[in-house]
Amino acid sequence: MSNPAIEIENLSKEYPTGFLHLKTKKSLADLTMQVQEGEVFGFLGPNGAGKSTTIKLLMRLIFPASGTARILGKSIDDVKMHQSVGYLPEQPYFYDYLTATEVLDYFARFHGLTPNDRRLRVEMMLKKVGLETARKIQLRKYSKGMLQRVGLAQAILHDPQVVVLDEPMSGLDPLGRREVRDIILELKREGRTVLFSTHILSDAEMLCDRVGVIVGGKLRGVGTAGEIVGMKTEGMEILFELRCNKNDSPLVSRATRTGERYRLQLPEDELYATLEELKAAGARILSVTQIKPTLEAFFMNLVEDDRAQASAVEVS
Amino acid sequence: MKNVYTVATNTFREAVRDRVLYNLVFFALLMMGAAILVGQISLGIEQSVIVSLGLTAISVIGLFIAIFIGVSLVSKEMDKRTLYALLAKPVERWEFLLGKFAGLVMTLTINTAVMALGLYVALWTVKHPLQSSDVYILVAVYLILLKLAILVALALLFSCFTTPFLAILFSAGIYVAGVFAQNLRTMQTVDIAPAAMRILKAVSYALPNFENFNVMGAVSHGRVVPGALVAHATLYAVAYCAIVLAEAAAVFSRRNLK
Repeated sequence: MSNPAIEIENLSKEYPTGFLHLKTKKSLADLTMQVQEGEVFGFLGPNGAGKSTTIKLLMRLIFPASGTARILGKSIDDVKMHQSVGYLPEQPYFYDYLTATEVLDYFARFHGLTPNDRRLRVEMMLKKVGLETARKIQLRKYSKGMLQRVGLAQAILHDPQVVVLDEPMSGLDPLGRREVRDIILELKREGRTVLFSTHILSDAEMLCDRVGVIVGGKLRGVGTAGEIVGMKTEGMEILFELRCNKNDSPLVSRATRTGERYRLQLPEDELYATLEELKAAGARILSVTQIKPTLEAFFMNLVEDDRAQASAVEVS
Repeated sequence: MKNVYTVATNTFREAVRDRVLYNLVFFALLMMGAAILVGQISLGIEQSVIVSLGLTAISVIGLFIAIFIGVSLVSKEMDKRTLYALLAKPVERWEFLLGKFAGLVMTLTINTAVMALGLYVALWTVKHPLQSSDVYILVAVYLILLKLAILVALALLFSCFTTPFLAILFSAGIYVAGVFAQNLRTMQTVDIAPAAMRILKAVSYALPNFENFNVMGAVSHGRVVPGALVAHATLYAVAYCAIVLAEAAAVFSRRNLK
């Protein structure tokens, strides 16, 4: 079993609210989770769920009310930890008076690279994110997507073992998103650990070894996309053929017909009785499958539950 | 200290690219106008007028840069979120602050040095050749620079915990109070209760005493500035900046970014 690259223990964050800051609002509650070395971990949640808060806590941009975290065994309070970690902020913005080459060279200096190494790494990164031709343009003239690419380049500039990306697909067109996906997959092939937050579920399903779903500041599930959605089964689906059209079984009227095939969805406990009934009606059973919710459905259920709970609290 | 140097040089580059040094054009025009005017209307007091005007302009322009850009050093980085990527590098927060401070002091040094050169040119046009005592103009410029360094440190401290607008108000307020700090220290009055007087004295010692850096009167009349005064002012400025920057670092080290 691989070692954890990121370990989060009981991490909580509160923000002061109100005019005098006398009240507090919890934006993250006792978050405990691990990201294993070499895995791509997707951090899913709606806006305001606590994804960026968690990432900012890991990057020591904000400080926790309680709890600890380690990256590659080093406490997040240890600034040397950042030598092996790359970070892309959400909607990144850089010094707009610099060119892409200058901004990458600037960041590379903090990693103690020699001038020659800096030049080589900067060239390599510009090529990787497709900004070779725009390298001498000041960032104030860059589009949002181009800034996102600069952000990605500075995050992986120093060859980090752990890469933390906050909404890396945000602001990108389909081509840009595909390029970012390719970079994440390349990082995985190189054995690096990637933690990225997103609310684009298809990206998470496509890229992640495991995902964590966070809603309302609480972690609601961690596992592979399959494990997450497999936590509950929504029923069974029977696919069958019926040659005789004149069948008046109520089951047939409940089924959805496509050509000669019928698709029938039913609760799990009714499966065996229904199969017997279909057999008696002369149906040929083609397949029986479990209906599992998609990640999107699982995600939406959680969000709706959370909203319902919040409004129940408000009413009471 | 390598990180401090990297942040400082970038801060200087930002000031240059954001055209902060354009104020030099204004200064040059002011000095040229003054030289022409003084040459026509002053009799025997050309040096005094030109030096006073030049040093005042250097001080006022420097004050604006120190306060306005000093406050924006941290607040702009937080508002625009350029700080996020930087603080996720192996950089201590105090290194960032010290780099920002050093970068603006570097900008002010170059700005002030060019203005001092302009002052000498203006002086030369109304009174040539220059005299050996004119070298003390440089001492006055150096002391102005020390005063500006203290203001940058204060602006940096205020911007670490309050809004830019309030930080500008606080910095300007401290500057005005600091100009009168010496008067507060030596004030003798019977109308104030002894306890209040003690508090007032304590406050006057906490305020930066900008009178330590004011040799404009002496220099404009060609008088000598004692070396001891320069050494004292230097030590005072270094110690004051160190204390204020340490406070700023302490505040900023636990500051949550937005």
